[in-house]
Amino acid sequence: MERDKLVYMANQIAKFFESSPEGARSQGVADHINKFWEPRMRTQLFERFDEGRTEGMHPLVIEAQPEIRRPAAPLEARTTSQQDASAS
Amino acid sequence: MSLIHEIDYGTPASKAEKDVTLSIDGRAVTVPEGTSLMRAAMEAGVQVPKLCATDMMDAFGSCRLCVVEVEGRNGTPASCTTPVAEGMKVSTQTDRLKAIRKGVMELYISDHPLDCLTCAANGDCELQDMAGAVGLREVRYGYDGENHLGKAKDVSNPYFQFDPSKCIVCSRCVRACNEVQGTFALTVSGRGFDSIISAGTQFDDFLSSECVSCGACVQACPTATLEEKSVIAIGTPEHSLVTTCAYCGVGCSFKAEMRGEELVRMVPYKDGKANRGHSCVKGRFALGYATHKDRILNPMIRDHYSQPWKEVSWDEALSFAAGKIKDIQAKYGRGAVGGISSSRCTNEEVFLVQKLVRAGFGNNNIDTCARVCHSPTGYGLNSTFGTSAGTQDFDSVEHSDVILVIGANPTDGHPVFGSRMKKRLRGKPGQPGAKLIVIDPRRIDLVKTPHIKADHHLALKPGTNVAMLTALAHVIVTEGLIDERFVRERCELDEFQEWAAFVAEERHSPEATAAITGVPADEVRNAARLYATGGNAAIYYGLGVTEHSQGSTAVIGIANLAMATGNIGREGVGVNPLRGQNNVQGSCDMGSFPHELPGYRHISIDAVRESFEELWGVKLDNEPGLRIPNMFDAAVEGTFKGLYCQGEDILQSDPDTKHVSAGLEALELLIVHDLFLNETANYANVFLPGSSFLEKNGTFTNAERRINRVRKVMSPKNGYEDWQVTQMLAQAIGMDMTYADPSEIMAEIAATTPSFANVTYDLLDEKGSVQWPCNETHPEGSPVMHVGEFMRGRGKFIVTEYVATDERTGPRFPLLLTTGRILSQYNVGAQTRRTENVVWHDQDLLEIHPHDAEQRGVRNGDWVKLQSRAGETSIKAKITDRVAPGVVYTTFHHPMTQANVITTDFSDWATNCPEYKVTAVQISPSNGPTEWQEDYRELTMESRRIVPSEAAE
Ligand code: SF4
Ligand code: SF4
Ligand code: SF4
Ligand code: FES
Repeated sequence: MERDKLVYMANQIAKFFESSPEGARSQGVADHINKFWEPRMRTQLFERFDEGRTEGMHPLVIEAQPEIRRPAAPLEARTTSQQDASAS
Repeated sequence: MSLIHEIDYGTPASKAEKDVTLSIDGRAVTVPEGTSLMRAAMEAGVQVPKLCATDMMDAFGSCRLCVVEVEGRNGTPASCTTPVAEGMKVSTQTDRLKAIRKGVMELYISDHPLDCLTCAANGDCELQDMAGAVGLREVRYGYDGENHLGKAKDVSNPYFQFDPSKCIVCSRCVRACNEVQGTFALTVSGRGFDSIISAGTQFDDFLSSECVSCGACVQACPTATLEEKSVIAIGTPEHSLVTTCAYCGVGCSFKAEMRGEELVRMVPYKDGKANRGHSCVKGRFALGYATHKDRILNPMIRDHYSQPWKEVSWDEALSFAAGKIKDIQAKYGRGAVGGISSSRCTNEEVFLVQKLVRAGFGNNNIDTCARVCHSPTGYGLNSTFGTSAGTQDFDSVEHSDVILVIGANPTDGHPVFGSRMKKRLRGKPGQPGAKLIVIDPRRIDLVKTPHIKADHHLALKPGTNVAMLTALAHVIVTEGLIDERFVRERCELDEFQEWAAFVAEERHSPEATAAITGVPADEVRNAARLYATGGNAAIYYGLGVTEHSQGSTAVIGIANLAMATGNIGREGVGVNPLRGQNNVQGSCDMGSFPHELPGYRHISIDAVRESFEELWGVKLDNEPGLRIPNMFDAAVEGTFKGLYCQGEDILQSDPDTKHVSAGLEALELLIVHDLFLNETANYANVFLPGSSFLEKNGTFTNAERRINRVRKVMSPKNGYEDWQVTQMLAQAIGMDMTYADPSEIMAEIAATTPSFANVTYDLLDEKGSVQWPCNETHPEGSPVMHVGEFMRGRGKFIVTEYVATDERTGPRFPLLLTTGRILSQYNVGAQTRRTENVVWHDQDLLEIHPHDAEQRGVRNGDWVKLQSRAGETSIKAKITDRVAPGVVYTTFHHPMTQANVITTDFSDWATNCPEYKVTAVQISPSNGPTEWQEDYRELTMESRRIVPSEAAE
C-alpha cells in the first residue's frame, strides 16, 4: 500500500508548527508550503482541497488552505529562457 | 614552476603575546616569549643544523646536532629545547660546535647504508643535507662495526614502506603519530643503540597495527626510512602547486608534487589553514582513481538504457542531449527537465549548473546532493541565526573547554579535524584537555581512544535526538543555567520566553524522556550542566543529526542550546556542522537549492531575482522548483522527463533505491556527467566524461566557510574541465555562455552575491584562502560569525517538539538500522574503491550486538539477510558491542551491498532530507547475496556495455 506522500509531507509540516504560538500555526504551515513546494505539488494539494478529499489531513493543513498560494499561470507564461532568445 | 619549499622552523610557533629580543650570530631578532633558539635563529635567517626537530611537533632534543653556545652560560645547549631570553647572545657556529656536530654525524653515518645514489630520498634527505652542512668528510669508525643494516623492509602498507636499516631513531615519526595524528601507533622499543621503531606490537606490521595510514610519520621522517612507494617508483618531484583535497568537508590544502604531468605525491601544506600541514589517508594517498582504467574518457550516447553505449564525438553527444531537452520541453512543458549538481564539483561548476537550469531550462528544478545530507542545516541555522553555515573556523577548537559531538564521527568522517579535536582533548602539560560529551547511538572511536575518554557518552536510541536536545535544554532552563545577559542583548525575547516555558515543561525533563532516549536521567543532567557551565562550549554535529525525519528540528535544537548558554560569537564556542563532501558548503552557497538563489536568498524576493535577470537577460520563475525526491515522484507520475546529473550517484546514494530506479527508468533523457559509469548511469542515455580535481581550476568551500583554490596540475584526460562541459551543453541548447576561465565565473558570483562581494582569485592567491562573508564589512573574510549580532539581527529561539519517526520497530522489524562511514572509504566509494584503500575495507559489514546475534544464531562473518519494509539485502555480520542491543549499523560504500534498498522514503519534514539514520529491520541467517543483488549485478553488467566508435576514415 502506497501512503499518500503529499498529505503525509503536509502533515509532517503541520506537526512541527503545532507547537508554535497560537495564531502563528496555520500561517507557519502555509508559509512553509509556499516557500518550498513546487507549483505542481501545490496544485495536487489543491486538487484534494477542491474535491473535498481532505480525510487524513492534519487540521492545521486544512486551516492553512486560504494562505497557501494557488499556482498561477503556467511556467511558460511566468518565465523566459536563453533558449527562447536564441530561437527567435 | 618549481618545487614549493616550506621553511621548517624546527619547533612550533609560540603563541605568547610578550616579545623578547636577543642576538644570534650578532643579528638582533625579536620573537614571542617561549620561542626556541632554533626557531629564533631561523627567523633571523640562520639555519642551525638539526635532525630530530621539525616544526610540526614539540622539540625532543635527542640528536644533539643543533647545539649552540650562549654567552655567559656553560656548555652547549640544544637550540631546539632552549627557549629565548631577553638580551641573550647566541653563537651558532664555533670550533667547539663544529667538532661536536661532526662527531654526531660521524656516528649516524657509520650506521647508515651509503647507497645514496640509488636511494629514493636522494636529494630529499635531511641526513644527507646535514652531512653536507656540518662538512663531514670522513667516517673514522669504519662501516663494519655493529650496525642496523640489512633489516627486512615492512612493505605491508599499500602507500609507503618502512626500511629500518635507514632509521636514525630520531623519533620524529613517533611524535608525529602521537602529537599530530593522535593515533599512538608507533613505539620506540629497546634502549640506546638497540632501540628501533615499530608499529604496534612486535607481531604487527604497519597494516595490522593501529596505524590509520595518515602519512604524518612519512612526512616527518628525515630519511628514506619511511618513504612513499610512489616516490620509490617514480623518483623525486620537480614542481608543485597548492591545491585542495576533493574528499571531505575539512578541505585540506596540499602541495601536489609533480614530475611533468605525473603526480608523484601529495604533501599537506603547512600554510593550509584548515589542516595546518596534516592530512588523512584519503587526501594524501587515495588518488589512484584519477588514472584508473575504469575512467570513461569519451562521450557516449544510446537511445535507451537497455542498449549498449555508443562512443561518439563531443558534438554529437551534446547535440543529441540538447535535442532531447528541447523535445521534452516542447512536448511536456518547460518544467519537465531539471538538473542535480554535485557537492564534489567546484563552486564555479555548481554555479554554472544552476545558471543552466534557471536561465537555460527556464525553471528552478535544480537541486544538489546536499539535499540528502545537510539541507536541514540550511533550514535550521537559517531560521535561528539567519544564515546556513558553521559559526567557527577549525582553529577555534583550540580554545574550547567543552566539546559536544552529536551524530558525527570526526575521526572517521572528518579525520584531520578529528585529529585537531583530539589534540585539544588531550591537552598538554600545564593546560588540561577539553571535556568531551558524545551523543551517539554507537560507541564511536572518540568515546575511548588513546589518552582520551569522553566525560559523558549519551548512547541514545536512533531517532531520538530532538527528545535529547530538548531534555538538555530543560535542565539548562530549570536549573537556572541560562546566560541571561547574552539572551537579553542578542536574542528575540518573546521567542525566548515561549521556548523557555516550553522546554521547562515536566514532560521534557531527562526523567520523563529517559524512556524515549534510553539514556539515564543523571547522565543527561550532568552533561547539560557541563555544557552550560564548563567554559567555552562548542557543538560539532554531522549527518547523525540531519538525516532524520526531524533533522531540521534537531538543528534548531542545537542552535537553541548554543544561544541559551551564550556559546556563540567568539573563539572556542559555536555550532559547527561537519559537512560530508568536500564542497557541500559551497554547493549550498552557490544557489543549488530549488528555492534559493546564490547566497541563500529566496527565489520569491523580487530584488534578488531582478539582479540576476538583468545580468542573464531572462525572466526567472519566482516559484520554487522540484527537490530531488520530488523529481523522482514527478518522474513516476510522468510530468518530469529529463535530468542532467553532474557528478552524483543518486541511485546509490539516495534512499529507497527501488523508488529512485523507478523514477530514473521513467525519464526520457538522463545525462550523467561523471568520471565513471556509476550506478545511476545504468539508466542514462547520455554520458559526458568528467574531470578529476587534479585536472581543473576553481574553488571549494569547506565546512568552516573557507574558500580554497583548486589548481589544475595536469590536463584533463577527458579533454575538458567540468565547467567547460556544462558550458558546452549550455551552448548546445542555445545559451550565450562564453567564460574563458573559472575566475570569470567567480567574478559573476562576487558581483551578484553580497557575501562573496570581495572574493577574487587574486585575493585567494594572496591570502591563501578566505572565509565568507567576505565583502565591504569583512574585507578579508570572517573566521567567526555572529560576533556583535546575528546575521538575521537577533537570534531566534524556536520550539522543538519531539515527534517520533513513523519508522518504528515492531514484531516484524524489531531492530533499528543506522548508517555511517569509515575512514578509508568515502561516501558511495566510487573513488576510494578504485584505490588501494580497499585493503582496509573491501566490503560493507553489519555491526550487531552479541546479544542480538546470539538470539538469531548469527556468528561473526556470517552472511545475514537484512530486511526492512522497503526491501531486503544480504551482508556479512560483524559482532561487536560498539552498538547497543537493538541497534545494528552499517556503512554504504559498496554498491553490491545496496544498503539503500533497505532505507525507506521517510524524510525530514522541512527539507525532505531522507531519514537514512533510522530504519526498522529484521535480520536472519542467509546463504549469500539476495536475488535482487544478483539481478542487479546482471543489470549493471548489461548496461555498461560499450561499442567503441568506428575508427575515423
Ligand atoms: S601513518 Fe599516521 S597513523 Fe600510521 S603510523 Fe604513521 S602517523 Fe601513525
Ligand atoms: S623512521 Fe624516520 S622519523 Fe622515525 S625514527 Fe627512524 S628516521 Fe626518525
Ligand atoms: S581530512 Fe578530508 S579534506 Fe583532509 S585529507 Fe582527509 S579527506 Fe581530504
Ligand atoms: S634538533 Fe635539537 S636535539 Fe635534535
